Amino acid sequence: MNERMTKIHLFGLAGLVLLLIGSYLGLLVAPSERYMGDVQRIMYVHVPCAWNAMLCYIFGFGFAIASLWHHRPRWDALTVASIEVGIVLNALLLVQGSIWARKTWGVWWDWDVRLTTSLIMLLLFAGVLALRSFVQDPSRRATWTAIATIVAFVDVPLVYFCVRWWRSLHQVQSSPDTVSSGMVMPLRLNAIALLLLAIWMVAQRARLEMNRHQQEQVAEPARIEPVGGLEDV
Amino acid sequence: MSLLRQVWTVVRKDLLLEWRGRSRIISVLMFGVVTLLLFSFAVGPDSTMLRAAAGGFLVLALLLSSTLGLSESFRIEQEQRAIEGLLLLPVDPVALYYGKCLSNTLFLMLLAPVLTPVALVLYSVELSAVGLVTLLGLWTLAAAGLSAPGTLYAAMTSRLQSQDVLLPLLLFPLVVPVLMGSVKAVTLILMGDPMSQLGSWTVLLASFAIIYWSLCGLLFPHAIEEGS
Repeated sequence: MNERMTKIHLFGLAGLVLLLIGSYLGLLVAPSERYMGDVQRIMYVHVPCAWNAMLCYIFGFGFAIASLWHHRPRWDALTVASIEVGIVLNALLLVQGSIWARKTWGVWWDWDVRLTTSLIMLLLFAGVLALRSFVQDPSRRATWTAIATIVAFVDVPLVYFCVRWWRSLHQVQSSPDTVSSGMVMPLRLNAIALLLLAIWMVAQRARLEMNRHQQEQVAEPARIEPVGGLEDV
Repeated sequence: MSLLRQVWTVVRKDLLLEWRGRSRIISVLMFGVVTLLLFSFAVGPDSTMLRAAAGGFLVLALLLSSTLGLSESFRIEQEQRAIEGLLLLPVDPVALYYGKCLSNTLFLMLLAPVLTPVALVLYSVELSAVGLVTLLGLWTLAAAGLSAPGTLYAAMTSRLQSQDVLLPLLLFPLVVPVLMGSVKAVTLILMGDPMSQLGSWTVLLASFAIIYWSLCGLLFPHAIEEGS
């Protein structure tokens, strides 16, 4: 167990070191963008946040299916951990996007497809956590979290296509072939760094959730009355 | 008993209860009318602006009333532990879900024929008979889309104390495609559709309904199983 924890902490440490290197390259070494100037450097955290938030939600969806099928506390812990880390990255993404938009588009917010989808995605998964916080019974909490996660995840592509039919302002994604090679490296480093940090955070959060579950199992025989949660069903 | 018969039994039970009480439909309709009135107060007496926003206001009033109706649909099952009796019956949980979902869809469908004329009068919008029929048909699709996740979430949240907060919190972001699709489509019906865009939005509403009717039907038995 201890050895595994050390390995997990290595992920966090490696992520932090890579993030420092990537940010140094992005802020000081990479060339300045021709039209947007230095504000474009926000891309080096913005794009990795978007990729990793989406990755967290995808994993959360996978864990939710596993949790619904196998009813193991481990899958439930991983589901909630992935969703929470996804929400943190998603919130960061929106804040960074807003700052970037203010400088380049002149507005804090625009009803563009990716902006709107990101915001709705945040609200969808925040709803899952809200539902979870109201359920006291551990097995029901796990099942309902999994159900709400699956229902929310399936909605994401629908929301995306729906908003896409409105006009879109967001720039088209660049590819490594179309940008300066000096820009590719810090972006890749930061993407990997955030991925490692996300894995570390998910593992830590899942461990906390497992501890909570074990504590609830111990407290079970005492029949503690739920406070403000379940009605007498 | 075949699945279809079980579904029909649940629908019949719900409709009978609704018909005998009639309190849910009346209060939800009243709520819808009040909402339509409040929207016009928010915009002011500017008839051009009201007319332009009529589609959006009508759909929002329908959506808000629907949420109220959905949360009520499982509240009655909680009274005197009726849900326990339902679950003890030799009825497939899937049939229970589709029965509830169908009765909720029928209930939500009833909102449009009442609220649309009120909106037309309040916002001074002209609508032909064909337009009205198209609008009601479109709302049927939207009602089916709202009922699918709405019934699932109402079943879950009705067991919690904070249902009134939780159900809209879960449902509103989820039904954004239904809201957007129906607002666009209703506006096109009311204001004219020179680019023939109505078809695309109808397909969107239908896809949402089909996806969630299938998915929530699969998930519902898990939501009400042991320990629940």
